[in-house]
Amino acid sequence: MVTTHQSPVMASNAAVRARGRRRRWFLEVSWKYVLALVVIVYAAFPLVYVLSASLATSGTLTGSTELFRSVSTANYEALDSTKFWTWAGNSIVIGLITAFGSVLMGAAAAYAFSRYRFAGRRGGLTGLLIIQMFPQMLAFVAIFLLLLSLGEVVPALGLNSKTALVCVYLGGALGTNTFLMYGFFNSVPRELDEAAKIDGATHAQIYWTIILRLVTPILAVVGLLSFISTFGEFILARVILTSEDNWTLAVGMYGWVSDQLQANWGLFAAGAVIAALPILALFLFLQKYIVSGLTAGSVKG
Amino acid sequence: MSTEQSTTAVATGDGAPPPTRQRVRESHARGWSGHGAGFLAKLAIMALVNALGVLALWSAYLNGSWVIFGVLLALLVVADWVYFSKRPVPLKYLLPGLAFLVVFQLFTIGYTGYVALTNYGTGHNGSQQQAVDALLSQNEKKVPDSATYPLTIVEQDGELGFAIVEDGTAMVGTADDPLSEAGDATITDGRVTGVPGWEVVPKNDVLSDPALADEVLALRVPISDDAADGSIRTGDATIGSVYRSVLEYDGSAGTLTNTDTGVVYHATDEGQFVADDGTALPVGWRVFVGFENFTKAFTDDTYSGPLLRITVWTFVFAFFSVFVSFFVGLLLALVYNDPRVRGRKVLRTLFILPYAFPAFLSALLWKGMLSANPDYGIVNKLFFFGARIEWLDDPTLAKVSLILVNLWLSYPYWFLVCTGALQSLPDDVQEAARIDGAGVWRKFRSITMPLLLVSTAPLLIASFAFNFNNFTLIYMLTGGGPRFTDTSATLGHTDILISMVYQISGVAGGRADYGLAAALSIVIFVIIGVISALMFRRTRQLEEVS
Repeated sequence: MVTTHQSPVMASNAAVRARGRRRRWFLEVSWKYVLALVVIVYAAFPLVYVLSASLATSGTLTGSTELFRSVSTANYEALDSTKFWTWAGNSIVIGLITAFGSVLMGAAAAYAFSRYRFAGRRGGLTGLLIIQMFPQMLAFVAIFLLLLSLGEVVPALGLNSKTALVCVYLGGALGTNTFLMYGFFNSVPRELDEAAKIDGATHAQIYWTIILRLVTPILAVVGLLSFISTFGEFILARVILTSEDNWTLAVGMYGWVSDQLQANWGLFAAGAVIAALPILALFLFLQKYIVSGLTAGSVKG
Repeated sequence: MSTEQSTTAVATGDGAPPPTRQRVRESHARGWSGHGAGFLAKLAIMALVNALGVLALWSAYLNGSWVIFGVLLALLVVADWVYFSKRPVPLKYLLPGLAFLVVFQLFTIGYTGYVALTNYGTGHNGSQQQAVDALLSQNEKKVPDSATYPLTIVEQDGELGFAIVEDGTAMVGTADDPLSEAGDATITDGRVTGVPGWEVVPKNDVLSDPALADEVLALRVPISDDAADGSIRTGDATIGSVYRSVLEYDGSAGTLTNTDTGVVYHATDEGQFVADDGTALPVGWRVFVGFENFTKAFTDDTYSGPLLRITVWTFVFAFFSVFVSFFVGLLLALVYNDPRVRGRKVLRTLFILPYAFPAFLSALLWKGMLSANPDYGIVNKLFFFGARIEWLDDPTLAKVSLILVNLWLSYPYWFLVCTGALQSLPDDVQEAARIDGAGVWRKFRSITMPLLLVSTAPLLIASFAFNFNNFTLIYMLTGGGPRFTDTSATLGHTDILISMVYQISGVAGGRADYGLAAALSIVIFVIIGVISALMFRRTRQLEEVS
């Protein structure tokens, strides 16, 4: 309708095309924003809710069904009167040591498999692949009994010892991490090692000063994944750590809300926010690396 | 990127003349000529390992734990050989991880198998000798007209003990340490008044503190290592008397005889002392029972019914958890792989929020949100107009809830994986299909999906295996409930195999049956093994191992 005298046909064509494009955009793209909104509500709602509940004044779930009706830091302050910070400290210490140990052991093993040709190498790799299929937690009864008798000899490695828990976690370090690292180590050109060897470097020098620096990204990913999974591990921590002072966050916070009637949801919500925020931040910042690590092997759910 | 940079840096450094050409090329394991600091560090670590190892060996020797002694010795010898010899270079890198793997994973898997073949559990905790000792001490009675001793209560590091005077010599002992002579104790008026290293507990303390009094009255101090010798006990905290068991053990015949009633209990193959009339003494010992635990799991009514239902539900749960979340994740990945949608990075970050939230916290959080009472449960209150929907207490709804919560937990993972896989698909194949006139659906079905499955199939199977044992989610969200009403076992409609093992094992308290729990663990091992074998066959992942 809005045509000019000069080139009516072209102009109307352009208008039709523009309208067509708009219609196509409307049909094919706009609904994706609507869907995105739905997904975001689904994804974020529980997180918003836990934030709201943590800021509520009452400690029970009653009344916390209205979001942000009241805002107070009472629940956060109440955490001081619980063992929350002890548990958080335990979780962090156990997680860090496990992550560090797993990275060291996994990297060393991956280096050996990637750089050396020795009898039993192929068998070893296959063996690890098979062992990886059998999660340690399935053997928790045997682990419990093992620590029971180990504790009589070395009390530091018995039940209710954080050191023992870390050792158990480290027992699974090779199975879960070697393959992730093995592939990465293989991508580091072998010529580097050979050049260094010609220059007179020992295998230890090559490993510590050349290889480990080149594979830092995968070390970071493995360390982080190991920390996160240790942080959330429940069954072994629950079986091994018996006294309240040694509990991790997963074991301790379960106790707060396991009984529906006596549940202290306010405390739980405040604790959950504190426990989750660092991990959430870490995860979102390092998204790119974690995703590559995840797709390479490890699984959360 | 950083890899490339470092690569070039090292490569250019190659051109320079090697500075240490004249150095003798010898492993630093042998001397100083290599890297001195590295050698020192190794020496220090090995010294520490050896010191701790010898300490542990000594302790194992004192305890008589010969298996632990042997394993420790082997580990220590191997470690010293590996790190001080020149040949086994790969082992130098493998050993630390391998040692932990062997002790805490391989051994425990093997030990699970062993326990599964025994009757290990409550009432069958140790060797026959331990069972006899326990039975003897449990059935002690005051010996009539026996000698009495002046008794003093002593304490060391919170552990109570008795000090008595026998024929002018002082003897001290605790519940764990039988009486032994304490030569340097001071005796006043025929009564011990001080023992070096021990603190004397005044009698008035015992009288005024009921808890302490109970502890004193319950304390038995063995007279010697032989449980048949009896023990010293006290009724008033000042006089000790000899108590001896009414049971008499005859080691050669393997019988316990009750001297009061004359009943004879014979040791049986089931690891118990049983009288002719069938009554058994409460403490038994561990014996090899073969496949009894396995048959018990499948035939005992308490477990066989639940076992079947729980196995089926475990498969259903694992399958639907993976399938539903993969489907949703894939759908979202396809939808938002569209360059016309702006702000995809922001959307992606928001989509994966649940994944970044620790899973155990999510499970507990959802437990609160799905609470049936609309006063508590926000889901009922906000989305179902305050209806009282029993999300976690109705057998079917609880199962649906579990899968939906697991969807919330894991769709972001599949969204990320599928997005990554979609972006790495080759464009030319798609292009060719489009030119050949394939529609959107056809293109997806015949090209995108098969290519996508190549990279995601192993992850799908790994995820299935993970959910097969997703103990945390089940235990935290429903705790296995609602309970089965037709069995006495504490099992429920949403229990999966691993949580069933946990309930039965009794490691969390209650009656323990390690043998049965271990047998069920083995069943799970076998199921996972079969699944893994099928997976290997399909994906031929083994061929990547070159």
